[in-house]
Amino acid sequence: MRHARIERWSRVASPLHRRHATAKIIAALVMLVCIATLTRQSLWCCALYLALLATAVPLSKLPPARILLSAAAVLPFALCFALVSAISGEPDRAVMLLVRGYLSSLTALLLIATTPMPELLAGFEVLRAPRFLLQVMQFLYRYLVVLMEEASAMQDAAGSRAGSIRALQLRQATGAAGVLFARSYGRAQAIHRAMVARGFDGHIPEFRTHRFLVPDALFAAVAAGLAISVRLVLP
Amino acid sequence: MHIPDGFLRTRVWVTLDVVAAPAIGYLARRAQREFDHHKVPLMGVMGAFIFAAQMINFPVGNGTSGHLVGAALLSFTLGPAAASIVMTAILATQALVFQDGGLLALGANVFNMAIAGVWLGYLPFALLGGNRAGIFLGGLISLLSSAFLALSELMLSGVPIPPAIFALSCGLFLISGIIEGALTLAVVQALDRIQPGVMRQPKGITRNLGLALGAAAALLSGAGIFVASTHPDGIQSLALQTGIAGQATALFRTPLADYQAAFVRSPWLTKSLAGIAGIVIIYVLCLVISRFLTAGRRQAIAPRPN
Amino acid sequence: MRNIVEVRELRYVYEDGTEALKKIDFELEAGETVALLGANGSGKTTFALHLNGILRATSGSVVIDGIAMSDKTLAEIRRRVGLVFQDSDNQLFMPTVLEDVAFGPLASGKSPEEAAEKANAALTQVGMAHKAGKAPWHLSAGEKKRVAIAGILAGDPKLLVLDEPTTFLDPPGQRGLADLLESLPQAKLLITHDVPFAQRLTERGVFFEAGAIAAKDRIPAIVERFGW
Repeated sequence: MRHARIERWSRVASPLHRRHATAKIIAALVMLVCIATLTRQSLWCCALYLALLATAVPLSKLPPARILLSAAAVLPFALCFALVSAISGEPDRAVMLLVRGYLSSLTALLLIATTPMPELLAGFEVLRAPRFLLQVMQFLYRYLVVLMEEASAMQDAAGSRAGSIRALQLRQATGAAGVLFARSYGRAQAIHRAMVARGFDGHIPEFRTHRFLVPDALFAAVAAGLAISVRLVLP
Repeated sequence: MHIPDGFLRTRVWVTLDVVAAPAIGYLARRAQREFDHHKVPLMGVMGAFIFAAQMINFPVGNGTSGHLVGAALLSFTLGPAAASIVMTAILATQALVFQDGGLLALGANVFNMAIAGVWLGYLPFALLGGNRAGIFLGGLISLLSSAFLALSELMLSGVPIPPAIFALSCGLFLISGIIEGALTLAVVQALDRIQPGVMRQPKGITRNLGLALGAAAALLSGAGIFVASTHPDGIQSLALQTGIAGQATALFRTPLADYQAAFVRSPWLTKSLAGIAGIVIIYVLCLVISRFLTAGRRQAIAPRPN
Repeated sequence: MRNIVEVRELRYVYEDGTEALKKIDFELEAGETVALLGANGSGKTTFALHLNGILRATSGSVVIDGIAMSDKTLAEIRRRVGLVFQDSDNQLFMPTVLEDVAFGPLASGKSPEEAAEKANAALTQVGMAHKAGKAPWHLSAGEKKRVAIAGILAGDPKLLVLDEPTTFLDPPGQRGLADLLESLPQAKLLITHDVPFAQRLTERGVFFEAGAIAAKDRIPAIVERFGW
């Protein structure tokens, strides 16, 4: 399960994991902008960016092959459009769609795989993302697995009676969705009750363990600087 | 699947990021103000519910199955402001955790699904007083507007979409939209049996809604015009080459006859206009049809006060 | 010894008019443990939710540690009464174990350093200090329950209310939980269907029936009288 794998990766200890989330977000965004603005003349640039990202993988102490493969999740979608482009007589554009898609996906993956979700959200908060939205995301992330397990348990239960999950009637499936909705709603109320019981008064207290230090600033500056200078040197 | 990074032209994703970010900032503040604080866990859990609900296969005939996207369902149960925030949280989580959709393209995806998809889907529900037609059309329009916006953005970015594929996409969007509408209605009805009172009382056609509609339309056309006016190069030749402009104008010839005459020399403008006009036309059409459908029998489905 | 809980003629009526609790009188001394037994829907949990002000009495009085329940004293009372809910997942809502346990102290205005100290002490007390950095969904059911209890202990309560604490726990997990609860000095109110578990921790039982207390007696006597 992708979500569990990324969660596990994000808890590894490495120089890249130790950097402040905000520093990594800035570096990733600069990198993404550089990649997104690549044109079809800059295949050398693409190679350099790939090299740059590839050197970050050992720094993260994550399995290189798994990371490089995992970033390819975007390729099926990209391939569809690339194919259409190629058929329309634009092979250059097709290649660039694939390359930009893959490099962007790898950049984002390196960010999320080296930063635990709570830290990542805190990092976005430093960058003035709406706190309310980030709190909703925090709860969403926390209860993702709980509700997915509930959904699959319901499917199993329904499937065991219907003979197989595939044999479910539309009416049963929508009933299951309704039940899942109602249960989620009830769970949200129970969570709120448990929060109130522990003194929740409307705002979730912050619990910062990370400070933005000089190495974080240096990391952001070096990573962003490298990404930009590649573009400057090789137009 | 959402738009990944590397697909949109810089001006397209920048514009949409610039449009989406303050809109979400405003909606976050509004959702926070509108609700008492117990809505934070509720909104998060309902976001997780959408993920979980997408695991359920809905058989829709001929051995195929559909999935619930849920933007309309959320807007009917949580209200559109909260639904926008929940959808944004879902899209951001998909982009970050599942690499589904890009980070720079997040503004585009948020605009398509969390803003346009939620608010345009909410309008028929509110306008028709929460009856069955309103719920069905809400789901349909929510999906159609999101899908057409995504397609127009890709086209504006010069991703070649040949006429055949364009036509095919339109057909697929319509089918998905009908499925989404039917599933939204079915889930709402199931929900009404299981837990009455969860549906929100839809507000009638209020000044606020009128403003929202106006703002949405202004945003849409504003975005289109901005992109078009700042990006005349490249797109022109591309549009001619791929025949999109021709296809789009052919598609919207009748209702757009006047505009077409004025803009015929700017295929890129026609193209962006066609995208916007497409949504507006579908939307108005749906409203007119729904008026016919519901004239006479106006049974609201569950408009109980919460 | 003075009573930590004093409830007089507590009535609770739902908005639709259903009377969920009828004239409940109940008291509990500091450090004492009592088990609430009774059928599902007999009012045990509804009663427990009144002790920490999540539900407010329609009539009658609730006094905790000498403080009468009112809007003004609510925060004070919530600090004294810790509720451990049946489904630990609903209680562990923060992204990591340490953050979750620190939630209570932080919400009551402690500094992050103090809160971390409290949280670490509570985690050590329940034997979960080694899991501080974990996400809750990596824990087993028994571990989740321990962390949930740590989250309550971090707030220094004088009364622990545990709603079906043995649900989802395997027998070793149940024994471990009983050992842990025995080691805690706080007064405890156990809502449970698990009679042997209750008997390990206390002699005293209260039997709920249809929203009223039908008996206050030794647990074996209750079991015999109600065929429980």
